[in-house]
Amino acid sequence: MSDEQSRADAIVQGDRRALAQALTTVERGGQSARALLRCIPAGASGRVVGITGAPGAGKSTLTTALAQEFRVRGLTVAIVAVDPSSPITGGSLLGDRIRMYDLAGDSGVFIRSMANRGRYGGIAAATADAATLMAAAGYDVILLETVGAGQSDVAVADVADTILLVEAPGMGDEVQSIKAGLLEIADVIAVSKSDRADAPATFQQLRALVQMQHPSTDAWEVQLCGVSALQKTGIGPLTDALLAHQQWLIQHPYTPRAMHRRKSSLHRAIETQLFESLTQTASWVQAQHILASDRQPDTDALAQMVLAAWRTTP
Amino acid sequence: MTAPAHIRVLVAKPGLDGHDRGAKVIARALRDAGMDVIYTGLGLTPHMIVEAALQEDVDVVGLSILSGAHMTLLPKVTHALDAAGLGHCVVVAGGIIPSEDAHMLTHTHGVDAVFGPGTTTDEIITFIRTAVAAVRAQRA
Repeated sequence: MSDEQSRADAIVQGDRRALAQALTTVERGGQSARALLRCIPAGASGRVVGITGAPGAGKSTLTTALAQEFRVRGLTVAIVAVDPSSPITGGSLLGDRIRMYDLAGDSGVFIRSMANRGRYGGIAAATADAATLMAAAGYDVILLETVGAGQSDVAVADVADTILLVEAPGMGDEVQSIKAGLLEIADVIAVSKSDRADAPATFQQLRALVQMQHPSTDAWEVQLCGVSALQKTGIGPLTDALLAHQQWLIQHPYTPRAMHRRKSSLHRAIETQLFESLTQTASWVQAQHILASDRQPDTDALAQMVLAAWRTTP
Repeated sequence: MTAPAHIRVLVAKPGLDGHDRGAKVIARALRDAGMDVIYTGLGLTPHMIVEAALQEDVDVVGLSILSGAHMTLLPKVTHALDAAGLGHCVVVAGGIIPSEDAHMLTHTHGVDAVFGPGTTTDEIITFIRTAVAAVRAQRA
């Protein structure tokens, strides 16, 4: 049996250490990551909930509260918490575990922090692979908490089955929310910090907005929930809404969104493999030397040179 | 082409100890040195620390302790790391730890280094880089 196969088997059998090490492997990427992922059986039933929203909206706190609620309902939970990498040093300070204190010590919960490595869109390159591994390990629900997202950080829609958008009260007028972007990809919207006095106004604005959606018979109707992780209110109905969406997905596997996700998955695979094979050509190395010695290189011409050499590589 | 893995460090405060300024300074310095730092916050039991180290697959466990309970808590962490198959983790401790205790911790309880007040962040970074490189070379 190959080394990758025995690692994959250990993950499927629920070996937490094997899962943790495999997550490091996919984070590093490359051949060994793909060899391992090829050994992971498809068809795991775990569903991925992407949790996104602005910095400070309450994603980590809500993620923790949701994980607790899923546990009460007898479901196991894995969490990928993505935080930004430094654009200067490449280092990162991953602090989502601080707010996940209450989950520590529960063997039905697995938490992994991940740096985004400068990737835009709110997630890391390896996030989709990480979710695949966690599902293979048998976790029922995979909560994917994004970097604090801006209005157009919608990449999470490419990897999650269900998108939960967390909106804190008092973040701007209604026009902020009718802009394109984050709100369009939401399946469920949670108004966080609902214990605050300005929460009802935000809730009303979002409700008006959700009702503006084009009515169509086979579309999912976006659910809106007010929650307070502090007072532990609204978590039950929010969990119901998330589970309802997952049921709906099972009944509607060919929606445009589902198709889009499958396309993105192919896209990512091609991108990774293509880039990796490009970096193994001699002209790639040559291009790196030019970048190091030429202050204003013609990058278009360089790209053409690399691609031309790659095409003739057997 | 696979990039060399970033050094992953868990920074934790075991036990009942509310002073996290030092841990935050270290976490920030290690981040600036290009490491991935998982900061867990206050009040962790040895079991919680080891479980986090396992899930995060870290190279280093950094423990900050100013409560005086270091002789009780730190050996519990290192022994639990060994029991969980994480004996390869480099364990560094910082805080108010008398030198005779530091000697005990590093010589009989599996702590790799104890850094007291006055240590520069550069010393800590250099120690971690060297120790992790040695462990990785050994395991490769």
